[in-house]
Amino acid sequence: VDGDGGCVGTRLENANPVIFQRSGDRVQTASEEDEDVHDPIDDREIFDILSINDPEHPLSLEELNVVEQFRVKVNDAESTVGIEFTPTIPHCSMATLIGLSIKVKLLRSLPDRFKVLNKQLADKERVAAALENASLLEVVNQCLSTRTI
Amino acid sequence: MAADSTLALSLVEEFVSGLQDSKAKDAAKGVKDGKFTVLQLVEALGSSLTSSQPHTRARGVLLLSEVLQECYRELTEREVEVLIAFYENRLKDHYVVTPPVLKGLKELTKCTNLPPGSAVSMLRSVFQDIHVQSLMLSERACVYSMLINIMETREAELKGLGADFVFGFVQSMDGERDPRNLLLAFQIAKNLIHRGYELGKFTEELFEVTSCYFPIDFSPPPNDPHGITREELVQALRAVLTGTPNFAEFLLPLLIEKLDSDVQSAKLDSLQTLAACVSQYEHKHVAEFLQGLWTAVRREVFQTSSERIESAGLAALTALTSCLSRSVLSSDSEDSLSTFLDFILTDCKHHLCEPDLKLVWPSAKLLQAACSASTSASHIITAAVMPSLLEQYNNRAQCSHRRTLLEVVQRFIHSVKNCQSSDNGLLLESDIELALDHLTRLLLIEEDDTVSLAVVECAGALAQLHPALVISKLIPRLKNELYTEPMNQDQGEASELHSHHSVRQRCLSALAAVSIKPSVVQESTPVLLEVLRSAHTGDVSFSVDEVVLTCRSLQRIAEQVQDTEEAGRCFHNIIIPHLLSLALQAALQGEGSSGTPSPLIEEAVLSAMVPVISTSCSRLQPTLAGQTASRAVSLFLDGDVSFLPDNSFPSHMQLLKVEVPQIDKLLSALEEMSCTCSHPLSYTSAAKCFAGLVNKKPQGDSLDSLIQRTMKRVCSELDSPSSSVHTQAFTLMIWVSKALLLRYHPLFTTLTDKLFSLLDDAGLGPMAADGFSLLMSDSTDVLNRASHADVRIMYRQRFFSENKAKLVQGFNAAPQEKKPNYLKALSNIVNKLPKQVQVTELPALLSLLLEALSCPDQDIHLTTLSCLEPVLVNPPQVLIQQLEALVNRLLALLCSPAMSVRIASLSCISALSYFPVHEVLPFRARVLRALAKPLDDKKRLVRREAVQARAQWFLLGSPGGR
Repeated sequence: VDGDGGCVGTRLENANPVIFQRSGDRVQTASEEDEDVHDPIDDREIFDILSINDPEHPLSLEELNVVEQFRVKVNDAESTVGIEFTPTIPHCSMATLIGLSIKVKLLRSLPDRFKVLNKQLADKERVAAALENASLLEVVNQCLSTRTI
Repeated sequence: MAADSTLALSLVEEFVSGLQDSKAKDAAKGVKDGKFTVLQLVEALGSSLTSSQPHTRARGVLLLSEVLQECYRELTEREVEVLIAFYENRLKDHYVVTPPVLKGLKELTKCTNLPPGSAVSMLRSVFQDIHVQSLMLSERACVYSMLINIMETREAELKGLGADFVFGFVQSMDGERDPRNLLLAFQIAKNLIHRGYELGKFTEELFEVTSCYFPIDFSPPPNDPHGITREELVQALRAVLTGTPNFAEFLLPLLIEKLDSDVQSAKLDSLQTLAACVSQYEHKHVAEFLQGLWTAVRREVFQTSSERIESAGLAALTALTSCLSRSVLSSDSEDSLSTFLDFILTDCKHHLCEPDLKLVWPSAKLLQAACSASTSASHIITAAVMPSLLEQYNNRAQCSHRRTLLEVVQRFIHSVKNCQSSDNGLLLESDIELALDHLTRLLLIEEDDTVSLAVVECAGALAQLHPALVISKLIPRLKNELYTEPMNQDQGEASELHSHHSVRQRCLSALAAVSIKPSVVQESTPVLLEVLRSAHTGDVSFSVDEVVLTCRSLQRIAEQVQDTEEAGRCFHNIIIPHLLSLALQAALQGEGSSGTPSPLIEEAVLSAMVPVISTSCSRLQPTLAGQTASRAVSLFLDGDVSFLPDNSFPSHMQLLKVEVPQIDKLLSALEEMSCTCSHPLSYTSAAKCFAGLVNKKPQGDSLDSLIQRTMKRVCSELDSPSSSVHTQAFTLMIWVSKALLLRYHPLFTTLTDKLFSLLDDAGLGPMAADGFSLLMSDSTDVLNRASHADVRIMYRQRFFSENKAKLVQGFNAAPQEKKPNYLKALSNIVNKLPKQVQVTELPALLSLLLEALSCPDQDIHLTTLSCLEPVLVNPPQVLIQQLEALVNRLLALLCSPAMSVRIASLSCISALSYFPVHEVLPFRARVLRALAKPLDDKKRLVRREAVQARAQWFLLGSPGGR
């Protein structure tokens, strides 16, 4: 489920995506408000971080069902995060961009100790190189701009 | 018997040949007395019936028919059968014979013992052999009466005839002109429709043959002996035409056509008939005529010539809308209600925007008529109309326009209210009971918070509509559940106790929710009082939490119960005295006894009890409230105060209209108590009481001297270093200051000065700084508008502008170790100011606030940050000049031990990223580095804020960002 205008040319694939309801805001618990309790970083927290915009739709990836919660695996103790996501259209050209955006977002949002595992974008140098490219960074930043609605 | 047959013969002779009409009576008497039977009479009639002269034959039949008229009751089934066969046969005779034959048949139809099948055969013969409309008036009446009689007794047989019967009837009445006969014919038609005869393919014929009289145009001749009125005919015909939805496709076009007529009575009749018929219809029957009906009704209301027609038109519109609202829609059918309402809105809504023009009112009336039809219609219409009405109101400057608009709005409110009150009868009583059972069950077992909240609300809504059922069904169950002890309490597991507690909790909130009608309150509050009583005596064990909840429930009831004398009495005569006496008992017992202490001495319980009393006093029953006040005051004054350290009655100061008795004595008692008592709740309550009374005491010397006296006492306590009641004196002072501040009393400045001087006091300094928070915030129990206190507008701004200079001066002059007190006072004051005032005032105080951010007190940090945050949205120049200092302080606070400070500081940092890019860009690298640390904060809420802030700062100055 993402826009895939680029690949097909004349016809927009999925120009009118199915919109999935956003899972509601995380319910705040009493222990979260307790100064002394340590809250581990969990799957849902990462999922909330990843409310990234699809560059072709004014909806978040979650609303477009691109990234689903159960595909986020966090291990706070070992400082690893694994994300798998499905572009709803196979071989979508945007998949790489979304992957890159997720990776960048995590790099900016997670403590240093975390290693972000990404099967497609395992190569750290490739990510770094990509971010050197100004126009690519621009698109990524657009994805990561907080929506102000 | 021979003699009898002679008698019969002679009677026949005299009636038939001698034309003596009275002999018919004698013959009937003969049959009744058993002198001869009807069949013997027929034999005696023999020669006359076989005469070659039709008139003689008619005379003979007439005699028989007249005899039957008298004695149809005595006939046996066999006789009836023979007679029917005879009469049916005679129908084929000469036309002069027909009238007596029909008369005879009519008499026979009255017999209760008609043989099976005879009714049908009789009708067949009549329909076959007679052309009804060629008969004379009275014979036609005969035929109609026959039909009516048979329909009464032989419904099943007639229905067996199928549509033939309808066809026969249609033929018989086709062309009827006499009003008396029409009444009969309409009755038959009505019976056909209402009793479910099969109309089949003759539906349209039946409609045609009756509707041709519509609209009824009849003016009775002068001295009409029959007394038939037009209204009777109109009603009878309307009952026929509106009786079945099968007529809809014929009737509605007819009505639309007749509405166009010039005759007023025709219009009126059409509108009334329309209103009557749609009550039987569903949306599918009217769907295709909606446009036409609407156009016609609109025309009648817009161009109204008489009030009667207008109101009939509006009533028809309401009926039509309610018909459309009533229908159950299948998924594929069009929503004709909204289609129809769209017509109305399109044609009427824009007229509402022209309060000068005369179409405003007709349009408003039409919309309101539709609006009052059903809840759904009222939703659609008000949602469409209200916003534009309100906008109009705001835009129009002329009084007359505004007045018109207000009147329109008022009528809308009225019609919405109407439609809501008429929606009650939708549920059967048994359904409601069932619903109530389900609700009760859910209430007792459902653990999920959101569900049980919904259940409680639902029970509340139901109780508004069906108080009696709630009283008889729900309340006893809840009561039962509340008083049951948790099972095997000793070894009971924690979870079980917990679930028992939550059941009780739900019961308590349900009891509060259902108590809106006074009748329910009468039943529910005793249950709650009983909970308090048992908790006090220990008969049933309740936790402090549960007791507090009970008080909350009582308070909620006091807030929401309909303001009636009945409810007021319940509170003032029963509940409040009970509460006071329980509290007193508990306090007395708590003094000396050992044993388990009553939960009613807990501060939490007492504090929960107070609002019950104050809320009920602030409702609209001033006499009762006055009574309660005087009771409470005399209890307080005449009882020994020092002996009852736990009682606190800060209720009586709530009263505006109520004259508090013995006020001077009360004031000095309160002052004494607040300055001497050692129990915190008691002296605080006494101070609040005192302040409440001071706030309401009329301006004048007496008030001034009271304040001066109190100030003197307070100051002497505060100034004496050895005094043991510093806190008490300070509490009294701060509350009195608040009382005076709220009403702009001139003596307030004396108190402020004292308060400011205390900021330098080593012991009381921090307390004084906190005191400013109390001064500036709304108090929940006393000195607020709800308790009718004298509260001037914008007292906070006034206080701030009068005192900010003093604060800054004081701060600058104060020694280093006292500065935090000033900063705290400042941030307490600024924090409570309205945002727009903060934004304008802050620049001047900025350096002070930045100072506050680096002083060690966490509370100051938090209040200061919350003051700063709104200013950051639109940063003033002076703030940008101090950016370096601000960033440094904020980043330093990221290490604060208090999570709330870390969060507030992060959200300020996030706000900084929206400053002009060239101003903040130099800080980017530093901020990003500093923000890496809170990304790993142990608190999730802090991390969330950090993630957001860091994302913002990353975008700063980056391609695609800002």
